Amino acid sequence: MKLIFERSVKGRRTFQMPASTFPKRELPEALKRKTAPRLPEMSEVAISRHYTKLAKQAFGVNSGFYPLGSCTMKWNPRINEAVAALPGFARVHPLQPRDTVQGSHEVLNKAREVLCEITGMDDMTFQPAAGAHGEYVGLLLMKKYHEKRGDFQRTRVLIPDSAHGTNPASASMVGFTVTHIPSDENGCVNLDALKAALDDTVAGLMLTNPNTMGIFDPNILEITRLVHEAGGLNYYDGANLNAIMGWVRPGDMGFDVIHLNLHKTFSTPHGGGGPGAGPVGCKEILRPYLPQSHMGEWDSRRPDSVGQVRAFFGNFLVVARALTYALTLGKEGITRTSGMAVLNANYLMRKIEPYFPPYYNRICMHEFVISLEKVKKQSGVGALDVAKCLLDYGMHPPTMYFPLNVPEALMVEPTETENRETLDEAAQAFAEIFEAIKNDPDSLHDCPKTTYISRPDEVGAARNPIVRYQFD
Amino acid sequence: MGSYLPSTKAEQQEMLDTIGLKELRDLFVDVPREMLLEDSVNIAPGLSELGVRRVMEGMAKKNTVFDIVLRGAGSYDHHIPAIVGTVTSKEEFLTTYTPYQAEISQGVLQSIFEYQTMISELTGMDVSNASVYDGASAAAEAVMMTQTRGRERVYVAETAHPEVIETIRTYCWGRDVPFELIPQKGGVLDLSALEDLPKDTACVYIQQPNFFGQFEDAEKAAELAHAAGAKAVLGVYPIALGIMKTPGEMGYDIAVGEGQPLGIPMSWGGPYLGFMTAKKEMMRMLPGRIAGETVDKQGKRAYVLTLQAREQHIRREKASSNVCTNQALCAMTSAVYMAAMGPEGLREVAQLCYEGAHYFADELAKLKGFERVHEGEFFNEFLTKCPMDVIKFETEMAKRGILCGLPEDNNILWCVTEKLDKAAIDEIITIIKEVSGQ
Repeated sequence: MKLIFERSVKGRRTFQMPASTFPKRELPEALKRKTAPRLPEMSEVAISRHYTKLAKQAFGVNSGFYPLGSCTMKWNPRINEAVAALPGFARVHPLQPRDTVQGSHEVLNKAREVLCEITGMDDMTFQPAAGAHGEYVGLLLMKKYHEKRGDFQRTRVLIPDSAHGTNPASASMVGFTVTHIPSDENGCVNLDALKAALDDTVAGLMLTNPNTMGIFDPNILEITRLVHEAGGLNYYDGANLNAIMGWVRPGDMGFDVIHLNLHKTFSTPHGGGGPGAGPVGCKEILRPYLPQSHMGEWDSRRPDSVGQVRAFFGNFLVVARALTYALTLGKEGITRTSGMAVLNANYLMRKIEPYFPPYYNRICMHEFVISLEKVKKQSGVGALDVAKCLLDYGMHPPTMYFPLNVPEALMVEPTETENRETLDEAAQAFAEIFEAIKNDPDSLHDCPKTTYISRPDEVGAARNPIVRYQFD
Repeated sequence: MGSYLPSTKAEQQEMLDTIGLKELRDLFVDVPREMLLEDSVNIAPGLSELGVRRVMEGMAKKNTVFDIVLRGAGSYDHHIPAIVGTVTSKEEFLTTYTPYQAEISQGVLQSIFEYQTMISELTGMDVSNASVYDGASAAAEAVMMTQTRGRERVYVAETAHPEVIETIRTYCWGRDVPFELIPQKGGVLDLSALEDLPKDTACVYIQQPNFFGQFEDAEKAAELAHAAGAKAVLGVYPIALGIMKTPGEMGYDIAVGEGQPLGIPMSWGGPYLGFMTAKKEMMRMLPGRIAGETVDKQGKRAYVLTLQAREQHIRREKASSNVCTNQALCAMTSAVYMAAMGPEGLREVAQLCYEGAHYFADELAKLKGFERVHEGEFFNEFLTKCPMDVIKFETEMAKRGILCGLPEDNNILWCVTEKLDKAAIDEIITIIKEVSGQ
């Protein structure tokens, strides 16, 4: 397929500005750019057709089943988009006088009220633009908390080996060192290892619960108690909140600070990698350290604030979408949504089990993990091959090679918005792949066969990086 | 009550039967009983689509939408060609995840590759990443890219956007990086502060045009940074680049900025677009996603996410940044905008902003008490005095449907975009006369 630059013809135009009605004026020569940017020159119809072609080579939740573990690819309700497009939200300047943006403040206040209730937190900031950005803010709050108490030696963060890669990366950004805590035989936090790691240099623990294996840690109260007793704080990675909304609250589990991924649990679209939103909730003890503009205006009464992590008040239109969703579901809808997310995962896990048994054979939460380790040893077919083969069934594959503590992992998260037929079809695909592995394992290395390209050379791409169009 | 659950109660029961459970509550067996909620959380009952629309519209109506916006300061009211919204609202683009599976994501990957090319062309730099959160976080990430052992100190222009300064300050505090402000004199930087920079200087961050709309001697600033062996980072207003000398032409190592002016609505501050471009030598220090060209098994041209050895999911605590989800759809928005404008359209927009702002400044100067605070060249923003209480002035202008410039102490920071022509500005001047009693 042609690049947009390959469709460009010098002199073609889509959009013309009105002629200037002002006195002619030129930028001084020393400040002028010398060469024009080589942007595409094309007609509107050519732009439309170009992107329509690109859209045909993209896979959205509207295209098919998307059980990408840890990403919660649920349906993105269209009313959310309609709300975000309202001129009263979209056409408002962030520095308008307060009395002209009462509606925006109401959105943030309502969203805070609902999300604090769902998570069991006391306050919230909407500054963070994504989950990792939220982790960063949460860790800054922890750092500030310890510094204010004179606990400058608390620079270690404990992170389970099954954690998202963003957790340790975020910890490094606030100058913390990471101590990895191994999982026990049930895929949960190894309590002995946790106890051994705890001392007065620990700033806190970062935990996802249910964890990335889709298991709710039954020792959660003991874990958070141990960390508190050692003087640390408990951070909740909210990436997996879709499993538990309305059933149990992170605040009640002993967590002091959390981030949410509104683009996962609260149905706002992923947009091919953002924009999302990663609001951070906290308990009373951390409230003084929240960013200055955490609720929609610069608050100079926050002398102890960790500061800004971006301009203005966050990805506001994403928050407006999430609020629309939360108000739509309401009390009962929230609970049933999580209940069905968990039921769909368990149903699919049991349907796939005869072919690919779960790595931990127990009731899972919103996702489950299978391992292709044995299959790979016997047949040479690994997680990558199965994933690529699933592409030929018109579905998006599960997350591959994650969590890192499970060899040849595939992580499956169907979400609650899928119907039973879709789950049955996916199980059937797994069954057929299982048969193919038995009969002709080598054929799987050639998958996918029905997609626009076959497997790309990723090693070559990294070795000899071409990251922009090479003009003649 | 709205619901996005396809399963009927009967299906739900059959599925429970399949896995040998009685009710949904049985799925939460691992949750300690003392914390399992008896009756959900305490929020209102759900709403129908009609009902929720009414509620949200009610909130939106409490905001004032100004037809005339004379305020910039980090968020700009530019015209958005109609094609932009229709392209980016396509469901495939809207609802897809980060393109991990290249075989079914060529459209998304190619669009990122094209965005990277366009934004590199605009800034005159070699390479770009796929975006970060906004201009301020892009500036902070850029500063972090320049950190090497023994060179950590960061110099930030006092004339940069205040929230950019604060964001860089936060990121520096997080990593225990020494942070210094470069002082200003008369609305531009006092570059003498950059002579004889200490040996531990990692970088100098400048904004062009600066927060007051003034042009800095950015070329000289880069020279001084380089003379000290430090990196030079420039924050730029992308519309100005339609006519303004590029960071590439001025020898900058990294150029970043707020991409909102490129087709993204003001949206009360977000979502926006942080763009990050750099010289080739710094490519491997860039945070976040980068799309690259390669071939598939048949030798067909293909695109993938590349240089992932920098990233958090591979490197974990040793990653160059924690960035994962970025602002992909906003990056695509800016790409469609740049394609719709083309090089000539972008030049025209910049020229209209420049000429309009100067006409407005000249007309204001003819009134009493609105003379410019600073001398020197500016692009489309400028600071004037205000002959009356500035908040009262703002309120009176708002009553007349005009969002005036941003009050800064008792001065006003004005901004003019291509949306206003001479007739509109003449009308605004008449209103300002009336409001200020002239």
